[in-house]
Amino acid sequence: MSDTSANAVAFVRTESVPASAPPVNAAGPVKWLKDNLFDGVGNSILTVLAFVAIFMILSNTMPWVLNGIWDAPTLAACREILDGTTGACFAVLSERWNQLLFGFKYPSELYWRPALAFAMLFVAFAPVLFFDLPRKLLIFTGLYPFIAFWLIWGGPIFNPILALVGLIVGYVVFVRLEKTSFAMAMGVGIVSAAVVWSLSKFIGSDSAILSIGYLETVPSRDLGGFMLNMMLGVTCVSLSLPLGIALALGRQSSMPLIKYVCVIFIEFIRGVPLITLLFVASVMLGYFFPPGSGVDLFIRVVIMITLFSAAYIAEVIRGGLAALPKGQYEAADSLGLDYAQATRLIILPQALKISIPGIVNIAVGLFKDTTLVSVISMFDMVGMIRGPILASTDWNGVYWELFSFAALLFFVVCYGISQYSQWLERRLATDHR
Amino acid sequence: MNKSVLFGAMTVASLAAGAAAAGTLEDVQARGKLNCGVTTGLVGFAAPDANGEWKGFDVAVCRAVAAAVLGDGNAVEFVPTTGKTRFTALASGEIDMLARNTTWTLSRDVDLKFTFVGVNYYDGQGFMAPKELGVSSAKDLDGATVCIQTGTTTELNLADFFRANNISYEPVPIETNAEAQQQYLAGACDVFTTDASGLAATRATFENPQDHVLLSEIVSKEPLGPLVRHGDNEWGDIVRWTLNALITAEELGVTSANIAEMSASAGGNPEINRLLGTEGTLGEMLGLSATWAKDAIAVSGNYGEVFEQNIGESTPIGLARGLNAQWTDGGLIYSPPFR
Repeated sequence: MSDTSANAVAFVRTESVPASAPPVNAAGPVKWLKDNLFDGVGNSILTVLAFVAIFMILSNTMPWVLNGIWDAPTLAACREILDGTTGACFAVLSERWNQLLFGFKYPSELYWRPALAFAMLFVAFAPVLFFDLPRKLLIFTGLYPFIAFWLIWGGPIFNPILALVGLIVGYVVFVRLEKTSFAMAMGVGIVSAAVVWSLSKFIGSDSAILSIGYLETVPSRDLGGFMLNMMLGVTCVSLSLPLGIALALGRQSSMPLIKYVCVIFIEFIRGVPLITLLFVASVMLGYFFPPGSGVDLFIRVVIMITLFSAAYIAEVIRGGLAALPKGQYEAADSLGLDYAQATRLIILPQALKISIPGIVNIAVGLFKDTTLVSVISMFDMVGMIRGPILASTDWNGVYWELFSFAALLFFVVCYGISQYSQWLERRLATDHR
Repeated sequence: MNKSVLFGAMTVASLAAGAAAAGTLEDVQARGKLNCGVTTGLVGFAAPDANGEWKGFDVAVCRAVAAAVLGDGNAVEFVPTTGKTRFTALASGEIDMLARNTTWTLSRDVDLKFTFVGVNYYDGQGFMAPKELGVSSAKDLDGATVCIQTGTTTELNLADFFRANNISYEPVPIETNAEAQQQYLAGACDVFTTDASGLAATRATFENPQDHVLLSEIVSKEPLGPLVRHGDNEWGDIVRWTLNALITAEELGVTSANIAEMSASAGGNPEINRLLGTEGTLGEMLGLSATWAKDAIAVSGNYGEVFEQNIGESTPIGLARGLNAQWTDGGLIYSPPFR
């Protein structure tokens, strides 16, 4: 074996064989089809059945959608254009577009105001939703509720500014006193903010200051359409989150009074259907306030929906708090942090992270629940469809087009929220799985 | 909106709630607007159009009252109410009057403490069935499935009718009229029952209206009319006589076309003169201006014109006058004299 050399063997391959293509059924689309669609008899049958079902659905709906009429003044005219062929009357959407989005009473020359507020909503939410953006943007987020209020309802700019100043004064007082006692700082802060707000009493109704930055006022009753759903959804989610956190913490408190107030509140609200609360807001409260000077229906509804979702969010967050190992609480104590610091710096960041899916679930549910206000004669998206549009002589009898459109709008928003929450979970994942 | 309003409202709530009932006329005049309760939308009776203007048969009553009281048919704040919120809205004083195709019944009048000031539409419950079912009378409907709206007098009337005729039926309870139309068209029920005016309006929206028949039986009385709260008879009188003014105007041939000419000076017919305020002091007795009835009629015409514009045979709804013709034409529409 020692004289083995290159010459001793008949043939030596000096370069590698070029890779030949894999068999047709082991690569490319055929393999994909085989693996994913026709993997065995059972799966093949299911695939065929699924394709048949999809074909049947599409062959019935697509002609209806593609043959749709987008321009006709009434349902009768639309049917005349269709002349017996299958087709949707999307003309109702184009004719009542503004009513679907803004309700039927919002002055049409002022549509730019809610539209601008809607555009600014994205800017305001961006720094809250995406932590990589510069933190200075949060200043705009803080100003946004006041700007949006001023844009949507109008009136003098003085009102939102005074509300803002009151908040700032309250916050400054709170920060000054925070070192001594969290609870006292909170109390004094609230009182000083209330003092600033009460200053509005000293401004006469004809004062010149009220004419600065005056926008034409739009009463709440004139709000409607998808705008109303968005407003209710955004306001109630943002208000119910802090309230829910407070309730969840209160429920875990060792002080019996706070604890039982929170427990009773949460259990009561969770035991009552939302629609009952809405009826209380619209019907019962009407008896308690004198006619004409009662609290705005929009505010009453916001309060009721906020309380409702706060109770649910509180329970979700309580789950997050319960999931934290006891060691985290003890570690915070051993660092010498007081309750407020420990909660803010150690407990809540972890508990909230665990609770994200639950909170988002409630936010999506809440957004869809805003359509319930149509039963107390507010004209949100569904209220507009069920009431004025279907009841007009022009469009009585159009259902699929309108409700599909509403479903599409709600789907876009809710799917967006759920995609964001999945991104957030991945982003915040610090455990090494 | 305003914090001080909120707290102020809470403190005076109990005091003001009792006092608010008296002096509706003064309240309306001070406010400069009439708060009128209407439906959230019913074809032909009340619905906002593409420009957000409220139009309809009930809306016309609101506008006439606003014109009589304030001289302007547009000085109305329309408060949309659902079947569930309408009575509390009126009882709590949120609205001054309700014109929402509401059936006048004893319990609503007496137990809920409202005053029905008259009838602006005589309705009755009817049945609609597909032509291919081959029925012509509701008595042939033994064993039929019937689509009905829940929580209405319709449901109770239906039970009464079938029990009285000793035949059986299977109810398909449905929440809204819109849903009922879909269910009926989809074949979920053999027969659809609701007020005859609603049936006609519904059938008008079908793609093939000629395939459906309205059965001849009318199984209930549904007098629909505007109503106000108990306890302010002066205000009730104003609404009642505004409605009567519209009816009388049709009877006497006063229309929106000739009213300007007729009210310019006293004419030959003393009742027209009294109605239009060129003679007598009827307006003063009501606490209104002398031209109150003229203003009310000028907004959208007399009763017959309002009917024709909104639900009459020239509209897609196409209701015949029937029971709602003037008494002189064999109908039930009858106003006491203006004297």
